[in-house]
Amino acid sequence: MDWINLVLIPGIKSVILVVVLLTGFAYATWLERKLIGRFQLRLGPNRAWPFGLGHPIADALKMIFKEEIIPARADKLLYVIAPALAIAPALLIFAVVPVGPGITLFGQTISLQVADVNIGFLWVLAVASVGVYGVILGGWASNNKYSLLGALRTSAQMLSYELPMGILLIALLLTTTLGTADGFGTLSLNQIVQMDRPWWLWLWIWIAFPFFFITMLAETSRKPFDFPETENELVAGFQTEYGSIKFALFYMTEYLHIIGACGVAVSVFFGGWRGPFVEQVPILGPLYFAGKIIALIFLFIWASASVPRPRYDQLLKFCWTWLFPVSLIYLAITAVIVTLA
Amino acid sequence: MVLFVVFALIAIVAAVGVIISRRPIYSALFLLLNFASLAALYIMLQAQFLAAVQVIVYGGAIVVLFLFVVMLLGGGELNDIRDTNRPFLQRFGWQRFVAVGLGVLMVAGLGYGLVTGELSAVQGDPAAFGQGSVQAIGSVLYTDYLLPFELASVLLLVGMIGAVVLARPPE
Repeated sequence: MDWINLVLIPGIKSVILVVVLLTGFAYATWLERKLIGRFQLRLGPNRAWPFGLGHPIADALKMIFKEEIIPARADKLLYVIAPALAIAPALLIFAVVPVGPGITLFGQTISLQVADVNIGFLWVLAVASVGVYGVILGGWASNNKYSLLGALRTSAQMLSYELPMGILLIALLLTTTLGTADGFGTLSLNQIVQMDRPWWLWLWIWIAFPFFFITMLAETSRKPFDFPETENELVAGFQTEYGSIKFALFYMTEYLHIIGACGVAVSVFFGGWRGPFVEQVPILGPLYFAGKIIALIFLFIWASASVPRPRYDQLLKFCWTWLFPVSLIYLAITAVIVTLA
Repeated sequence: MVLFVVFALIAIVAAVGVIISRRPIYSALFLLLNFASLAALYIMLQAQFLAAVQVIVYGGAIVVLFLFVVMLLGGGELNDIRDTNRPFLQRFGWQRFVAVGLGVLMVAGLGYGLVTGELSAVQGDPAAFGQGSVQAIGSVLYTDYLLPFELASVLLLVGMIGAVVLARPPE
């Protein structure tokens, strides 16, 4: 009985999660191409299957069967390891995100979350901060100056934007002290999703979302902050020398980061899987969750289609001289609110 | 227990790798491996909070900065340190002996703590580790250890000011 709870159920959950995430990745690329096409008054992919739904599958097959090339002067070990180092953390982020309320199956209550650890919040920060290694090492091991510049940009960008992101998350953690009975607050994403907080506190939390969204764009290296690959300056940045399935892994990582960041943002800012009638019909939970994530991904694509890319020094200056102080002020005001309430 | 020994061995091997690697970038990566296996050890001691902070601070920030610096400097192979870097080493005459002395002191302190059992006393203490570790560490840190905690922040501030002074262009 014990091994069912310890090994079998988490194993099945992990497999389902990975399959769903990878399918989500494939169709996130489809959604992006389709939407960007519409934003630019084009049709977007429409050849394979109705609405171009077969394009992600065709892309995947193409990537797998391309020839693999390792540059002669590359650091072979790191060059091969880097894509794996990039994608593993991207897949791990979702382990602590609750996608729905507990459901009862065969007389057992199964929580729709791979690991309900009480440090879920810190897990997200830890895994996100480790995710940068794949990009840095990939860029360095390629032995190409454009790749190296992309890798350097990644490390500076990630470190800088982690600060405002972390401080905004600390402010949100402070608000959880108003939702727990003992007044200690919690780091578990499951409890954060389930707790009830007063409506005015939600209004204050949503004020932080635009700032958090900016840090999300920078942390996932998405347009307009895609400096690690800036195609008009650095060819393709850190992934210039990568092809075939290794390039596909980097490509996957980018989209998995988006999905993961959206999952965390939905859990923290928008009540996760909660919605009308979800207590009566638990299966609605994952549907609400997916709907909220797709809405956020749409926001990502919208930003990438409509905002031009700044210069790299502007990006860092913006972070340190504006976003960071603003998030500190937000933290201070949140502390006052939480103390007075 | 088996896993604990395995991760402890990985940590030791990685620590040796940091020292003996020829390429600085591999040294930094061995350091990362060392930090990661330390985090695994923390998890096995039920100190999840420490493990997460270990990964965030050391794995996510410090080693990234190391890699950043190594890449900026080129990250080439270290030549035979005994030949080409002799002038550099000669600048550290007495400091080397001080370093050895401090290292011996630290090992002695750790050994004393282990032999007398003062270091292993907290193992399995539900207040320090386990489910409530974040709350427990937080409340202890801001009450009993407030002064050392604030002093540590002053120390970090000194480090920052020192870096700014060193990096400032000469007037």
